[in-house]
Amino acid sequence: MDLQLTEEQKLLVEQVRRFVAEEIVPLEAHLDPDASELEPADRERLVEKVRGMGLFGLDIPEEYGGPGVDLVTRTLLAIEMGQHRAGLYAPCYGVFGQMGLAQLYEADEEQKERYLFPVLRGEKRGCFALSEPSGGSDPARAIQTRAIQDGNHWVINGAKMWISGADRADFALVFARTDPNKGRNGVTCFLVDTDTPGFHVRRVVHTLRSTHYATELQFEDMRVPATAILGTVNGGFAIANVRLTEQRVPYAAGCLSVAVKAQAMAVDYVQIRETFGDKLATRQTIQNMIVDNEIDLRTARWITLEAAAKADRNESFRTEAAMAKLLASEAAGRVVDRVMQIHGGYGVTKDLPLERWYRELRIRRIGEGPSEVQRLIMARDLIGGSFH
Amino acid sequence: MMAVRMSKPWHALSQEAAAALPAQLGVYEIADANGKTVAIRYAGGRTLFGLRQKVSEEAEARGPGFQFRVEVNQQYQSRWRELLMAYQADHNGLPAENKQDNMPLGVISPG
Repeated sequence: MDLQLTEEQKLLVEQVRRFVAEEIVPLEAHLDPDASELEPADRERLVEKVRGMGLFGLDIPEEYGGPGVDLVTRTLLAIEMGQHRAGLYAPCYGVFGQMGLAQLYEADEEQKERYLFPVLRGEKRGCFALSEPSGGSDPARAIQTRAIQDGNHWVINGAKMWISGADRADFALVFARTDPNKGRNGVTCFLVDTDTPGFHVRRVVHTLRSTHYATELQFEDMRVPATAILGTVNGGFAIANVRLTEQRVPYAAGCLSVAVKAQAMAVDYVQIRETFGDKLATRQTIQNMIVDNEIDLRTARWITLEAAAKADRNESFRTEAAMAKLLASEAAGRVVDRVMQIHGGYGVTKDLPLERWYRELRIRRIGEGPSEVQRLIMARDLIGGSFH
Repeated sequence: MMAVRMSKPWHALSQEAAAALPAQLGVYEIADANGKTVAIRYAGGRTLFGLRQKVSEEAEARGPGFQFRVEVNQQYQSRWRELLMAYQADHNGLPAENKQDNMPLGVISPG
């Protein structure tokens, strides 16, 4: 793999880096330390600026009006976009466009008109309702939500857990069991409007992450037409899996973004802060922390970029994506932890963004498939066989 | 599991009552003399003295005749939004003073 950035990539990275420093970081000085939304006027102004830069909707495929940026470049930009306090879960507060629901590209024409195109225009929001109280790591087997056919309709009953954005979504991708005897081949995906009778957001699930929170859903005799099926009956797991693999690369990049920023903070701080008559930078224990951070960051960065490069070449990248997700989420946690240690008492205060990153990064080792599942995926690819 | 709606006791709003509060982060509600909730707010990470400061400011601005209740909560952002959405579900609208915030808010049906 050629590790040299192209001239275009260098320019884009520099452009986004400057945008974060000049437009995002100054606004954060006035926001709550846990905020994940800008004032509407600021958001509107910055979205227009991003559109002017030609970088709005980076994840939208070119045939749907996106800028046609490859995944390696998007990964490089994602590492830049998250380098601010809210950056892990709200990179640049979403002004570069929200992450789309990739499954909607598999929709039929009528569904695209109703859901995909409004999402791309920023008029509708969707949420992804897969995980359940019975488990999220093995969704194909854990799904207990049932959909039973009734003429040209399906009646759905059940519950979902850890669903981000459901309270503000216009529609949901709801995964339900349509054949109890077929395991992962008995799950179907439904596109459901959130104002459908029987669709309930029961509560906010409070976690270490105070914003961009999860919710718990309940479906009570929720009746949807057969035209709401995305893909085919019993073909839902393959649709879910598209997201679960592809999502791991930007997810890894997001983890890296705040860790890169934390490392920069540490490098600056150790050259200023004095203890016992000399700079922290002269202490070997501190030097070791800085070096260990750099090893963690570079290792995770190269694996993440390798996964992106293989995806761009249309090669199988499942092993690399799993490795990137595992490495980046765990490495970033270690990096931020060391940087907090270097900053001492200030590191754990809300004066600095470190405590927010520390809390939120802990979730990243679990979200989008925990480290243990990533190891299972890699083991299956390396050894063969399936999960038991 | 935390109850969706706040269940803490109400107290008369005064500087004395505010001074007795912990300087911690959290959420609080203000009600008028009839017990009607007029605002749901939070004491966030930029406050110098958390709930104590915010409730003191409320007492200063409003004078006598109001009530308050607080809930210490590090997850004050998600808890604040949850309380607003629960109120909205129960009353078909937000507390009078929150209507002016014009903040984007979701919909829940806590049952």
